[in-house]
Amino acid sequence: MTLALALTPYVYGLGFFMMAAGLLIALTSRHLIKRLIGLGVFQTSAGVFYILLSKVSGGTAAIRLEADSPAARSLASRLDAAYIATHGVDGVVYSNPLPHVLILTAIVVGAATLAVGLSIIVRIRETYGTVDFEELAALEAKALRDGREDEA
Amino acid sequence: MTRLLAAPEAELVFAALLLTLLAGLVLALLAARSVLTCILLMSVFSLTMALWLMVMDAPDVAFTEASVGAGVSTMILLGAALSSTDVIPSVRPGRFWFPAVACLAAFIGMALALSDLPVFGDPGSPPSSYVGRLYLEHTPHDIGAPNVVTAVLASYRGFDTLGETSVILAAGVGVLLLLGGSLNSRDPVSEDVSLRISAGSPVLSVAARLLIPIICLYAFYVLAHGEFGAGGGFQAGVILAAALILHALVFGVRETMRALPVGVVRSCAALGVLGYASIGFIAILHGGRFLDYDALLSPVFEAGLPSSHLAGGHHHWGQRLGILGIETGVMLAVASTMTAIFYAFAGRVSRSDEAGAA
Amino acid sequence: MLEAIAWIGSAFIIAAVGLSIAGAVGVLRFPDVYTRIHAASITDTGAASLMTLGMLLMAGLSPAAIKLCIVWLFIMLTSPAAAHALAGAAFGSGHRPILGDPRRPSEDET
Repeated sequence: MTLALALTPYVYGLGFFMMAAGLLIALTSRHLIKRLIGLGVFQTSAGVFYILLSKVSGGTAAIRLEADSPAARSLASRLDAAYIATHGVDGVVYSNPLPHVLILTAIVVGAATLAVGLSIIVRIRETYGTVDFEELAALEAKALRDGREDEA
Repeated sequence: MTRLLAAPEAELVFAALLLTLLAGLVLALLAARSVLTCILLMSVFSLTMALWLMVMDAPDVAFTEASVGAGVSTMILLGAALSSTDVIPSVRPGRFWFPAVACLAAFIGMALALSDLPVFGDPGSPPSSYVGRLYLEHTPHDIGAPNVVTAVLASYRGFDTLGETSVILAAGVGVLLLLGGSLNSRDPVSEDVSLRISAGSPVLSVAARLLIPIICLYAFYVLAHGEFGAGGGFQAGVILAAALILHALVFGVRETMRALPVGVVRSCAALGVLGYASIGFIAILHGGRFLDYDALLSPVFEAGLPSSHLAGGHHHWGQRLGILGIETGVMLAVASTMTAIFYAFAGRVSRSDEAGAA
Repeated sequence: MLEAIAWIGSAFIIAAVGLSIAGAVGVLRFPDVYTRIHAASITDTGAASLMTLGMLLMAGLSPAAIKLCIVWLFIMLTSPAAAHALAGAAFGSGHRPILGDPRRPSEDET
């Protein structure tokens, strides 16, 4: 348990670092596609955080094994009996399945929304001829200036 | 046999090492100056993530991440990036520091919460104690399916999953609205050069001819096997879409569109969600609640069926039927939406190529 | 006996790890695309085969062994095709293999 205690700040810290780095890519990159990739990293890292919470030490995937089947017995042989009795379900210790469900659907939805973002980028490129954030900002500023001059 | 570390601890250390690799990949992504590099790094990131998820006892999620992240989204990203500039110009320092400080603040804010988080792998942590444990304990009795992830996804939280599937369909519709592309398959999609690998290579066409049927068969295996092992409708749908994308890459999008017309794909996407929802309504018609699979079969009929395994004397054929039904709906919706999105991007690429050549 | 077979399996896996590292070094250090593909394909075929063999020995006669064989067949089918596609794409986009002594920069390639 002391090893797990030492690893805790490290793994959560890495997860948070990945989130912050993804956000940084999404906020500062000049290429719009790289911005979207950064957003994807951010989203996946949020998933990492969920999965980190779901891990149970010595656990196995949340696919129920028959009690006393060879697989269940071989898993049980790696852990001490008191641990299994406290934390196991029917003699096997499982990791928490709930975060898995949430992240599974989030990944597929993430890919679909990534496609929406990319199609917006494709339209931007076709309309303005660039996907560079700075150039787009300059174009927008110019359009705003022109609009104001037209009003005046 | 003496071990360096006890098995549970070795698992945690391995997970931490893989996570370090993932963080390194994010750093490389941060420094990358080419869009192609970014996309490939993203793909590698997804594949490593799948490995990490496998170590973290989440095979279902690993499966999804490998097929979605490393497969389909990489293809969509490549399709979108093909005709834009590859070089990413460096940021002006004036535009970099404020977001950098904001992200650092976000990181520090999250790190401050560290002391309140449960210990890594703690079996008695709040997330693993209450509802997650209840699902594990009650699934054999309530659902009768060994895979708890599928049971929660398709049955306990079936309504939630209906929402997710609709979001995917909505995203597909959004892409089609943005990128257009008419229903008529004879329309402008020309012989695409860019999205096709080594046109006409016999090695690839033989390999693809061998692989595509097997991949499709595998998708259906994953669909049907989702109750017993890792897998389910989402994974099956993405694998099916990957098979179609492989076909398009080797034989050209036009051939794929002839085999599977755009109209059919779009109708299937809607049909998948419709099928999902109608299973809910069939349950209502049988006197149950929305998506209450136990009501799908009449008790008299179900008693005549042989007892299903792992059920502990309970009959769960209604649950079986319901889960398989909605998973089929999910597969149809996901596969068709992903294929429709790919068609839309591939159509754009060939069209902009024509414009460039003209 | 079973223990001994498991140890032999571990030895195969360690050999596979060695090959993977060699492949990774090759990908990083070799001079052009084609030699790099060559290095990567050693990882794909040699290391993957050894690893499957090691896991087969560890799994013994079980359904997992059949699955491992199918995975091996899949790798044997896909990785040469992928390497072929990669080399074809590299050649198609104008990369030419470096011939002669790689330490001396050739005339047409820098």
